[in-house]
Amino acid sequence: MKGYRYLSGVTTLELRPEDCVGCGRCLEVCPHRVFALDGTKARIIDLDACMECGACAKNCPAAAITVDSGVGCASGLINEWLQERKLRRVGSGCCS
Amino acid sequence: MPRITTELSFADRLGTCKARWGIGRMEYMVPPGLYAVGTPTPDDPVVVTANYKMSYDMVRSSLAGHNTWLLVLETFGINVWCAAGKGTFGTDELEKRVDSVGLATVVNHRCLLLPILGAPGVAAHEVQKRTGFTVRYATIRAMDLPSYLDNDMVTTPEMQELTFTLRERLVLIPVELVLALKSIGLIGGTIFLAAFLMGGEAAGTKAIIAWLGAVFAGIVVGPLLLPWLPGRSFAIKGGIAGLGWSFVWYLLAGGAAWSVPVSLAAFLALPAVSAFYTLNFTGCSTYTSRSGVKKEMRLALPAMGAVLVVSLVLVLAGRFL
Ligand code: SF4
Ligand code: SF4
Repeated sequence: MKGYRYLSGVTTLELRPEDCVGCGRCLEVCPHRVFALDGTKARIIDLDACMECGACAKNCPAAAITVDSGVGCASGLINEWLQERKLRRVGSGCCS
Repeated sequence: MPRITTELSFADRLGTCKARWGIGRMEYMVPPGLYAVGTPTPDDPVVVTANYKMSYDMVRSSLAGHNTWLLVLETFGINVWCAAGKGTFGTDELEKRVDSVGLATVVNHRCLLLPILGAPGVAAHEVQKRTGFTVRYATIRAMDLPSYLDNDMVTTPEMQELTFTLRERLVLIPVELVLALKSIGLIGGTIFLAAFLMGGEAAGTKAIIAWLGAVFAGIVVGPLLLPWLPGRSFAIKGGIAGLGWSFVWYLLAGGAAWSVPVSLAAFLALPAVSAFYTLNFTGCSTYTSRSGVKKEMRLALPAMGAVLVVSLVLVLAGRFL
């Protein structure tokens, strides 16, 4: 995204080109132009721009993309950690 | 079929304001269903949105002058982006709503226009399979819908790329402030009490102003200056904003008279507080990833904790030695 760059080398995004059918859906849904289409195969052109929203994986008809998506804010993650350790009831998130 | 106006009334605007400040956000819903914007025919496009009043208002006012169908999904008053993350703006709800309003009998075509930010919740190929409707992700922003519709439904690169402008950051800050109000008050009260017991009313007042300034630097200054603050990490950006506040406070409160341990403590603890609050702003940002925030937190939280403990020890040591 113009003017912004987050930490590099952290995203969990993975694309298996051998499964890709070249429909272009991932290019359509990604808000950060992570993909490009080379003929009939998608290719990652800007891995570190990925914000792990999960849109590409969800919309890939060939299930060629995986990404660990979910709550991405500090208080949400703290809540998640607390819930995993059973220190807090489920249900309080940041995105409400 | 309810026909809706594209003009926003004063009450709508007031509601938007209140919702931004976090007042009554949950009660602020639009009944899900199919609405007519203008006088649409069976050939006119179907735009899908969430029953979050702000999304709905933005969509209907930007559609002024276009005859379209508006399909409002039940997202329990939550915006498209958050609802897609939760899955309420999702494949199942879309299928259900298309069925329950009998969309296939209302329109001749088989195409749904969705907001791009709804994509994390909707599997387009699943929707096609289950309902026969093709999903097209149109634009990110509702305000781009008119040019999208006028432009033969072609998404330009600008319509598809997320931004994070000063204005976009600005409208998020009230919500962040309101959400943090309780913790700010609680911790502020504790700090006041501790300082009061140690050094009387003047010390208590000073401590609470120092605290509030650091919180303000973290919630307001950090996010506003985001692209200009150095570093990629939100914690570091916030820490720098807090360091700025430490200097300002040093000058305002006559820091030259402070003892060395107290000065050190101020320059350590205040940036740590600001860093925490700016780090929390990652939840609102449009470009941070979950893995990135996790990594930052694993490093930043222990560091912040350590800094706070050291500051506390410094203040106590300065007092009793
Ligand atoms: S959505 Fe999947 S199948 Fe389609 S181009 Fe992208 S990776 Fe390939
Ligand atoms: S997860 Fe989101 S940001 Fe990352 S590549 Fe997929 S669509 Fe783009």
